[in-house]
Parts: sequence; C-alpha cells; structure tokens
Amino acid sequence: MSVLLIAEHDNKELKSFTLNAATAASQIDSDVHAILIGHNSAEAVKKLSELPVIKKVISVEAPHYENYTAENFAPVIIKLAENYSHIVCSANTFGKNLMPRIAAHLDTSQVSDIIKVLSPDTFLRPIYAGNAFATIKSNDTKKCVTIRPTSFDPCESTGGSAPIEKMDSSEEFSNTKFVKREEIKSDRPELGTARIVVSGGRGMQNGENFKLITEVADKLGAAIGASRAAVDAGYISNDHQVGQTGKVVVPDLYIAIGISGAIQHLAGMKESKVIVAINKDGEAPIFSVADYGLEADLFEAIPQFMEELNKLNTIQK
Amino acid sequence: MKILVAVKRVIDYNVQIRVKEDNSGIVTDNVKMSTNPPDDNAIEEAVKIKESGKATEVVAITVGEEKAQETVRKALAVGADRGIHVKADGILEPLAVSKILQKIVEKEKPDLVFMGKQAIDDDCNQTGQMLSALLNWPQATFASKIEVKDNKLEVTREIDEGLETIEINTPAIVTCDLRLNEPRYASLPNIMKAKKKPIEELIASDLGVDITPRIEQVKVEEPPKRKAGIKVASVAELVQKLKNEAKVI
Repeated sequence: MSVLLIAEHDNKELKSFTLNAATAASQIDSDVHAILIGHNSAEAVKKLSELPVIKKVISVEAPHYENYTAENFAPVIIKLAENYSHIVCSANTFGKNLMPRIAAHLDTSQVSDIIKVLSPDTFLRPIYAGNAFATIKSNDTKKCVTIRPTSFDPCESTGGSAPIEKMDSSEEFSNTKFVKREEIKSDRPELGTARIVVSGGRGMQNGENFKLITEVADKLGAAIGASRAAVDAGYISNDHQVGQTGKVVVPDLYIAIGISGAIQHLAGMKESKVIVAINKDGEAPIFSVADYGLEADLFEAIPQFMEELNKLNTIQK
Repeated sequence: MKILVAVKRVIDYNVQIRVKEDNSGIVTDNVKMSTNPPDDNAIEEAVKIKESGKATEVVAITVGEEKAQETVRKALAVGADRGIHVKADGILEPLAVSKILQKIVEKEKPDLVFMGKQAIDDDCNQTGQMLSALLNWPQATFASKIEVKDNKLEVTREIDEGLETIEINTPAIVTCDLRLNEPRYASLPNIMKAKKKPIEELIASDLGVDITPRIEQVKVEEPPKRKAGIKVASVAELVQKLKNEAKVI
C-alpha cells in the first residue's frame, strides 16, 4: 500500500524538512502521496507536486487551516488514512504536535523520530537522548511514523509533476484558537539545515556577550545555536536551542563555545561531521566528542579566532 | 477547577545509561530513578495555579510498576493533594498510557490535564497529544507560559520558529516545557506531610484497556562512538586545522 506524507509549509513555501521526510517516505514505499492542508496554499501545493518522489498530491483548503492547528489537521488525515499503510511526517514541533493525535484516532502505536528505515515495518530510532539506538518493529497494520529530518537527505525539489487532487475540508475544531506567532526572522541560514553552526552556552555569561557568537556566525555564514542553559538564562531565544528537547543539528562544522556538554546538549549535535569545542575547563564533557578542542578563555579566544579568520583569503560559505 | 497531572518515573537525567550486554534494553537495576524532568514542571504549574486560587484540587497520577509510586509521593510533597497509581508492569507504550489516562479522566472529570512534553527515556513525545485525541479535547503542547482565564487558557508554545500563542477552552490538555517554571524542592515537613496524603491504587488490567505493546523492541545498541579528537594549543592552530585538515572553512 502507499505512503501518505504530511507536507509542512507556510502556505507559500514548503518547509525544507518536508523534502527530508519525502526521502524517508520513499524509502518505505515508492508510491508516496503527499497531503497539503492549508489556506490560499496553491503556491505551496504546486511546489509539492514538483517533487519527483511524490506520485500524487492531495490539497485541502479552508481558512481554519491557515495556522496548522493539529486539532484541525488530524480529522482530514484520518479521513484519508484507510488508503495508506503508512503516514509520515517530520519529527519537528509540527509533526510532534500533530502525529500522535492521528495515531491515537487510528489506534496505532506511533513510531517517533526514526533515523533509518530498515524495512517497511522496522526502523532505527535513538532513545535516551541518543545514548542508545533501538531497532523496533511495528506490528500495527497502519503505521504512523515521524522521521528525524537531519538523518535523511532532502529529495530533489524540481522536475516532477504529480497530479493534484482536491479534497473537501473537515469541520473546524472550535475549542482551540490561534492567537499569534512570534517568528524570529533572520537572514542567517536555518539552524536545522545550516552547513556551519556556532553555539554558545552558559560560559557566555550574559546576553550581551552572546554578540560575540553572532560575530563569529556572521563571519562564517553560520547559524546560531545555544545550549539549554543559555536559553534558560535568557541569553538568547528558544528557537536556537540545540539538544534532546531542542533541535537536532548535523552540520559539517559545529563550534561549541562555552558549552560544557551535558548529555542533553550532546544529543542534539554529536552527529555533526566536525566538532570544535572552546572551553576553559579542560575536563568538560564536550571535549569527549570534539574533533578539535581548545582549552582557553573564550573571551580571549573569540577575538583571536576572528582575527585568524580575517587573515584567511577565502572562507567557504 | 481540578487539575490532573501525569508523572512518569525514568532513569535520572544525570545518569549515563548503559545498554544491556544481550542488547535487550537498558540497564535499570541499581540505577538512580527520578521523576521525568518536564513532569516536575507540570506539577509545579498545577500547584502554582492552585496557590493563585484558580484551582481547587491537584491530583497526581502515574502508570507503572510498584516503585513508580515514588513519583506520585514526590508530587504530593510539593503540593499535590492526592495521588493515583495505576499499576502495570512491562513496557508501556504512550498509546497504552493515554488509554489508561482516558479512563481515569472519565472518572475524575478534571478540567485540565498537565504532563511533561516528552519523557527522557523513550523520547516519544506522544502521550499528551494521544490523550487529547481520545478525549477530543484541545491540546497545547510544549507550553512555556500558561495564563488561566475563567474557562479558557492562553498558552505560549515553544515551536521551531519561535513562539506561538493559542487560546484553548477547558477541558484541555497541556504538555509542559522545561522553561515553563522553576520546580520547587520539597521541604522536609512537606515530605512528612505527603506520607499521610492518600494514594489510590488501581490495576491497569481492571480498567478494561488493552495495553499489550504493538511495537517489538528487536534490539538496543550503543550508538557508534566518535573517534577521539585532539586538543589544539592555539587559535591559530585551530583555524589552520579547520582550513587545511578538516577543510570545513
């Protein structure tokens, strides 16, 4: 049977992780259909139909779908579910919020946050903040699966022309109302997909000092990350948090500055290709995962780092 | 208003876990156990709402083996009024737990159900959303701020893009983020008082819910280890290595 992928989007663009989820879906079964639930979302629907791995797009439109409320999205997908063996979406805050609501309705035990498809019913997923990997086999006839987007490459985004089918909307769920969203817009690369991430921790001491991290990130064309300690202390907003309950990142280069390396933080970054740690405590656990460790006072090291970067003729972006 | 708070007993967040030699699971014998951290935030928030006069009763519930009752007792020591322990052994999937909680909700009729957004052992992040689905109640997941307004809640949610605010009518489910509040410690007198608070004991199989696992744990392994790196002596050496050896800048 076919796989149904739930597209994440902002009604105009597809969110980039939809492409990673599409890859995972196509590894489960080649017949991947995608549903896009939105409002005035024709542009996003068209982009979805252009993904070559998608065989059919289902578009559902209504004003109450504008803000991706799980209570409104779930009934639409449940209506379609009988045609599919698997329902798939990203294990980010969108998918985490939505998928269990679908799974419970379908009486299916959800498989969360997979990092590998071993067969259509067997998957690999991290548990205990990535300190163990579990191979699990789902015995439910219908499977609800969320995928860790950074563990799958994004699919091709152009060249396809899947047919688009319209479906009727479901009734609005009246007990949940969207009020507002405060999105922090920036010109920097997205944390989840950036090639380089520069992260600061409690060692930054205050929000003002966090500007040093920004400078390094600007110089390298990097995204900005943070440990939970730094977010809790108010140095920077929550959307920058890397870790077990924040974002999982796998950049080519991860630079951890003033981060001790609690288990919860390592869970979010230890799959990065190259890890640099700058910390004045030589015993800090972050050094155990770092390819290059520098034991130094970050307030001396960062200006020197900027100076050395300025000396380089070129910096890969 | 009555608030039901679900808590789970997990391996303490500071413990470096070990995989069993036969790859059947994680070693839990003689390992320090605690309440799942965001469940502490859920209890704290419920108790704060009660202290502000907007709730009349806080009931703590756990589902699990005999010793799971410790988490309920701890909740009572920080201000919950009474407890419920639904006894069940073996692996409990979020779907099974949400079905058990549904039965308890039907009996207790709370206006709100709070719990942590995710358990730090299986990292599933499902139970709250599943319970709201089964009850057809509104859900506010990943809450970092809750404002109680009559029969409504205004909840700020932490999402990937930043923050989102929604308004939900009660009865409702809220799953709590670690940033929601600072959980208090239990004082010794309160720990003593908590010993006298009632905990109702129920057996999962008596609730008429099928909790047989649907997911087979084939094996549990250690993740691939990173090979040890090196320490560099200076910033200049670091930049040189990144440029010429790792070739990442």
